[in-house]
Amino acid sequence: MTKRRYERPVITKHHSGFMNKFGNSPVSVPKTEIDGVAVKKLTEEYGSPLFVISEKQIRQNYKNLFRIFRSRYPKIQMTWSYKTNYLNAVCSVFHNEGAWAEVVSAFEYDRARKLGIRGENIIFNGPDKDENALIRAIEEKAKIHIDHFDELYQIIELAEKMGKQAQVAIRVNMDVGIYPKWDRFGFNYENGEATEALRRIAINKNLKLIGLHTHIGTYMMSTEAYRTGASKLVHLANLLKSQFGLVLDYIDMGGGLPSYNTLKGQYLQAEELLPTLEQYADAITAPFFELNYSSDEMPTLFLENGRVLIDDAGFLITQVLANKRLSDGKRAIIIDGGVNILFTSFWYKHKISPAQQTSVHTENAAIYGPLCMNIDCIREDIVLPTLKKGDQLVVHHVGAYNVTQWMQFITLRPNVVMVMEDGSVELIRKSEDLDYIMSLESIPAKLQTGVK
Amino acid sequence: MKIAVTGINNVDSPGPGVPVIRGLKDSESINAEIIGLSYDTLEPGGYMPGITDKVYLIPYPSGGIENTFERISFIHSKEKFNVLIPTLDSELYGFLKLTDRLSSLGIKTFLPTFDNLNLRAKDKLFDFCTANNIKVPKNILVSGTNDLHRISSEFEYPVVVKGIFYDAYIANNLEEVQSAFKKLASRWGLPIIIQEFIKGDEYNVVALGDGSGETIAAVPMKKTYITDKGKAWAGITIDDEYLLNLVRHAVERLKWKSGAEFEFIKDGETNQYYLVEINPRLPAWVYLAVGAGQNIPEALLKLAIGEKIKPMTEYKTGTIFIRYSWDLITDIKTFESLAVKGEKDNKSLKN
Amino acid sequence: MAKFSVPSNLAVSESGFLFVPSSGETFTLNEIGSEIFMMLKKGSEDKEIFETVVDSYDIDLYTFEKDFSDFITQLKNHKLIKEL
Repeated sequence: MTKRRYERPVITKHHSGFMNKFGNSPVSVPKTEIDGVAVKKLTEEYGSPLFVISEKQIRQNYKNLFRIFRSRYPKIQMTWSYKTNYLNAVCSVFHNEGAWAEVVSAFEYDRARKLGIRGENIIFNGPDKDENALIRAIEEKAKIHIDHFDELYQIIELAEKMGKQAQVAIRVNMDVGIYPKWDRFGFNYENGEATEALRRIAINKNLKLIGLHTHIGTYMMSTEAYRTGASKLVHLANLLKSQFGLVLDYIDMGGGLPSYNTLKGQYLQAEELLPTLEQYADAITAPFFELNYSSDEMPTLFLENGRVLIDDAGFLITQVLANKRLSDGKRAIIIDGGVNILFTSFWYKHKISPAQQTSVHTENAAIYGPLCMNIDCIREDIVLPTLKKGDQLVVHHVGAYNVTQWMQFITLRPNVVMVMEDGSVELIRKSEDLDYIMSLESIPAKLQTGVK
Repeated sequence: MKIAVTGINNVDSPGPGVPVIRGLKDSESINAEIIGLSYDTLEPGGYMPGITDKVYLIPYPSGGIENTFERISFIHSKEKFNVLIPTLDSELYGFLKLTDRLSSLGIKTFLPTFDNLNLRAKDKLFDFCTANNIKVPKNILVSGTNDLHRISSEFEYPVVVKGIFYDAYIANNLEEVQSAFKKLASRWGLPIIIQEFIKGDEYNVVALGDGSGETIAAVPMKKTYITDKGKAWAGITIDDEYLLNLVRHAVERLKWKSGAEFEFIKDGETNQYYLVEINPRLPAWVYLAVGAGQNIPEALLKLAIGEKIKPMTEYKTGTIFIRYSWDLITDIKTFESLAVKGEKDNKSLKN
Repeated sequence: MAKFSVPSNLAVSESGFLFVPSSGETFTLNEIGSEIFMMLKKGSEDKEIFETVVDSYDIDLYTFEKDFSDFITQLKNHKLIKEL
């Protein structure tokens, strides 16, 4: 006699005014494979937790965004935002697609150079560029985006001393109608700081003003804010041309496009709320046609997108360590991936799917990471089918800001693999081991005795 | 024709589904068969005789649109309905995103556009009105309690403190503002809107735009009795060409598509109308318009299926609606079907 | 060994619907949940239930024991059974 298929016993109370069970199927679709490679096979070979990056998805995202902008404005240059994910393999996919490098520190600048990116193809942003980095950037003709007056004068001095001309743009911040305002980076538009900085650059022979830059914010949900931002830069560009006869090579509209991750505290799902990429592109490109430039003078539109290109190409595979009931009867699931490696769980309600076929019965649960720390909560409330120890879960949309902002804390950081377009799997960052971590430390001689 | 309608929660603060269905059922030309889509096993529209012919549970929009689409496709595979009329504002973005996919299943909708929704958003209405010469209470957006000090210099108390999606409180001093701020921010997120309080009577207009700028229907109403939740309990149609023209002007400038409710306050001292809100869906009192001579749900349905209709301008002034509650008696068996199977046939319910 | 008491007025319908006449609460149970509930009502001890389930379902004893104790916790939480 064949036995009946088992499903754990479940009882669900009917609550009015809460989610009915016909609303609980988002997790009913298990994520059993990533680009054709079984989740189970990936962790058998590379352990759990495991970050998986899809080469195919990155290339698709890149081509798609490029096409959308290119069909609206003829001169587009994408630059890869290193801080979003600067693993060499990831950067290389973007550079291979044609992206330049957008860096915000000497560390990132050096990473890009080590990958062989020429200085002139690097956008150097950020408030902290040390003297050595600036010297190197001037020498290598990197595009330096000046953040404040102290930096402007430092570059003037260095360039004079070096007898070189620095290739510069300024970052401009402005009121684009969003709250809170992003006014801590760059020169302010409304109070005249930006025009003042531009005037000083325009008359200095050691500086070549080649562009204007803004980055109006992160996870921007409003297309109108981009339209306003682009209009204000276009206004500055028109001013530069009429007052100084200066024609810019490019206008850099920064990044900030959101991915389909839902923010905590956001009522509607991101996928419902967010405008389409086409709508963003319309808003960003339309003001460019207000430039007082002739058709052969038209500047290149630079984009510095990170999140929108990489987030959905990244997955975190985790497994269930334990199930338990909290004092109020609510289910808690403990998994082997915590906030130490999934930094974005502090601000996103990440979508999480089971990696194997599951029961149809679902239950509200909290998901905790493995750290012995109260902060280690991945989701406070998520409807999931019942899971047993060893079952796997896939966290979606984790490609941005995790493998850069993660920290070594309590446990070691895991492997990162890339599923290549042909379905092969490559290890692109090895997990840390104890020796590697301890090799950075030393114990003063007098402390080397004690309880053994 | 089979028509699916949401928002059949005909409770003390009712959704517009049941009144919309009544309008559709009143129509002589469409012979409506109604599939009620219910978010809860106890939404009265699923039990009231003569309202829904069948009712199905559907997931809350916050459960993700894939989820909603899956369920709607399933229901459509069984019922083959022609038109879907969502009636709640919280659903709009989700259904709007699904428009193309619904249409590929053969399901027609007539929803506001993204531009419509963005322009009337609570944090953008002020800009829209000032740009288009419509009086609007002064407002500011605040994204942290640190910004609240602006209130004392820019407003006089009381002020209205509003959430970005729903809910509003009247606050008489900074402490009340702070407490409202916390409640609203934790429920609906930031920013919070601080709005000038205008003392006066409420006037509402239900309207239907065809998307080209034309107003297909519009009926103004004065609330004559308001519940403690601020909802109209009773209201009366009024004759005010100025108010109607104001609405037509807004519909034209917005190129409004679909139904909407325009909320005004008439300043008790100056007699000026202030536009305080545009709700991007028909109001729960839309059946008053039907009763006064403009069957707006029927017109919306016709626009959805691509029929051309002429603007309606006539309605009977002095038509009154009085909302009443009524206890429906049913057996636990009827509840069990919806609770366990997620669907329920109402054909046996007697009118 | 544990035995449980289930109020005599509780019954699960064929569709897995459970109505508690005394409180007005309603629940849904899955198929195996309904079966176990009926066994508990009949007065079966946990050991008996383990045997029946492991015999007729494709499941090992330890996994089922864990699921069973979780199910019992939920039933107790909803005040549907008492341990004797």
